[in-house]
Amino acid sequence: MSSVRLLVGTKKGAFILTSDGKREHWDVAGPHFAGWELYHLKGSPADPNRIYASQTSGWFGQQVQRSDDGGKTWIPVGNKFAYDGVPGTHQWYDGTPHPWEFKRVWHIEPSLTDPDTVYAGIEDAALFKSTDAGQNWTELSGLRKHDTGKHWQPGAGGMGLHTIILDPTNHQRMYIAISAAGTFRTEDGGETWKPINKGLVSNFMPDPTAEVGHCVHHVCMHPKKPDTLFMQKHWDVMRTDNAGDQWVEVSGNLPTDFGFVIDVHAHEPETVYVVPIKSDGEHFPLDGALKVFRSKTGGNEWEPMTKGLPQQNCFVNVLRDAMSVDQLDECGVYFGTTGGQVYASNDAGDSWKAIVHDLPAVLSVEAQTLP
Amino acid sequence: MIRVTLPAHLRTLAKVNGEVALDLDGQVTQADILTALESRYPMLAGAIRDHGTLKRRPFIRFFACGEDLSHEPPNAPLPDEVAKGTEPFMVIGAIAGG
Repeated sequence: MSSVRLLVGTKKGAFILTSDGKREHWDVAGPHFAGWELYHLKGSPADPNRIYASQTSGWFGQQVQRSDDGGKTWIPVGNKFAYDGVPGTHQWYDGTPHPWEFKRVWHIEPSLTDPDTVYAGIEDAALFKSTDAGQNWTELSGLRKHDTGKHWQPGAGGMGLHTIILDPTNHQRMYIAISAAGTFRTEDGGETWKPINKGLVSNFMPDPTAEVGHCVHHVCMHPKKPDTLFMQKHWDVMRTDNAGDQWVEVSGNLPTDFGFVIDVHAHEPETVYVVPIKSDGEHFPLDGALKVFRSKTGGNEWEPMTKGLPQQNCFVNVLRDAMSVDQLDECGVYFGTTGGQVYASNDAGDSWKAIVHDLPAVLSVEAQTLP
Repeated sequence: MIRVTLPAHLRTLAKVNGEVALDLDGQVTQADILTALESRYPMLAGAIRDHGTLKRRPFIRFFACGEDLSHEPPNAPLPDEVAKGTEPFMVIGAIAGG
């Protein structure tokens, strides 16, 4: 019988939650790396017991940990992320030039086919690749050296490369997203990149439709429709059906279209989930009621999913990498909150249950479906 | 023999208990100790000083013989007591937060 493993990164360690295919009872293991921030953990699709984790600390810097046994044991691997060449500068918050400086790994994306190949998105925004299971990291510097790179600016949370999407039908194509530069696509395995932000409108910018500068919070893709992407922007929920060449807004009837997470159903490429947040100034659910909104029409028409979620006095946030889906027939959906809850739905969002209540603030959630 | 004490998080990371003993003879410097430490425990590279510049990380401090040596040049000789192993070279995580 299939089972599900959740990899949960928090402000103070990593937790691994496991359940059988019914997903009613969960075992909790952890904390791993207690006291450290675990920005992201993700398993290899080619070998689910190979897991990579980004472990960071304001005191002790960056570590990357690797497990070869499904998270039971870990070994620290390479933690040297050296920019290619002389890094130069990007724009600081006040518009002045600021040197590129490595701060942390925000997101780890293992290859779809090779457990030893893995990508890392870092702050200050750059993309790195390892082909030896995390021991050595090399920058794919064509991204940072794009003509627009010197104009990128950090968002409030820093200038992180937080989203990496690999196209399962074309191994040369990748999408990445950066706060607050926008979304980019490569068609040659990361050598060259194209900004794909046409159709985005960001009213905080001097030119609201500029080529770069948009605060993209998260992007997701269904593997069977790799030309279709869904985006939660700072404000606005967007979609594209031509690999990012043109975006259209699909916020539709959402009560607020600010938010961080967005994800797509495992088997229905037009079923999308978001968690609306009140505003950029108030990072909590509208009216203190936590609601997942689901669209079965690829956006525009959204329905609130509230069964099992707190509907009063709830003032948590759900961060950009803190939602995931499993691959079971009845798609499971999971998200973690800054209040330390991880909510699970074993019926595609119709109902929810907190499977843990009191973890440290959750930074990321990744679901693995195991045979 | 040089004695080095590490903060708890780095002991856990390096999988060591208590002090670390390093075989270094004669006069020693911060740089000597950190290079030897990182050689034996590669996971500590980048955790105490920057990979590239070798500058001490901002929230790390070095103490020995009751003195804060954090701002001493990395290649300055350390006290004889450290070189002889009668006093440890202490790597400290700064008290910071609120």
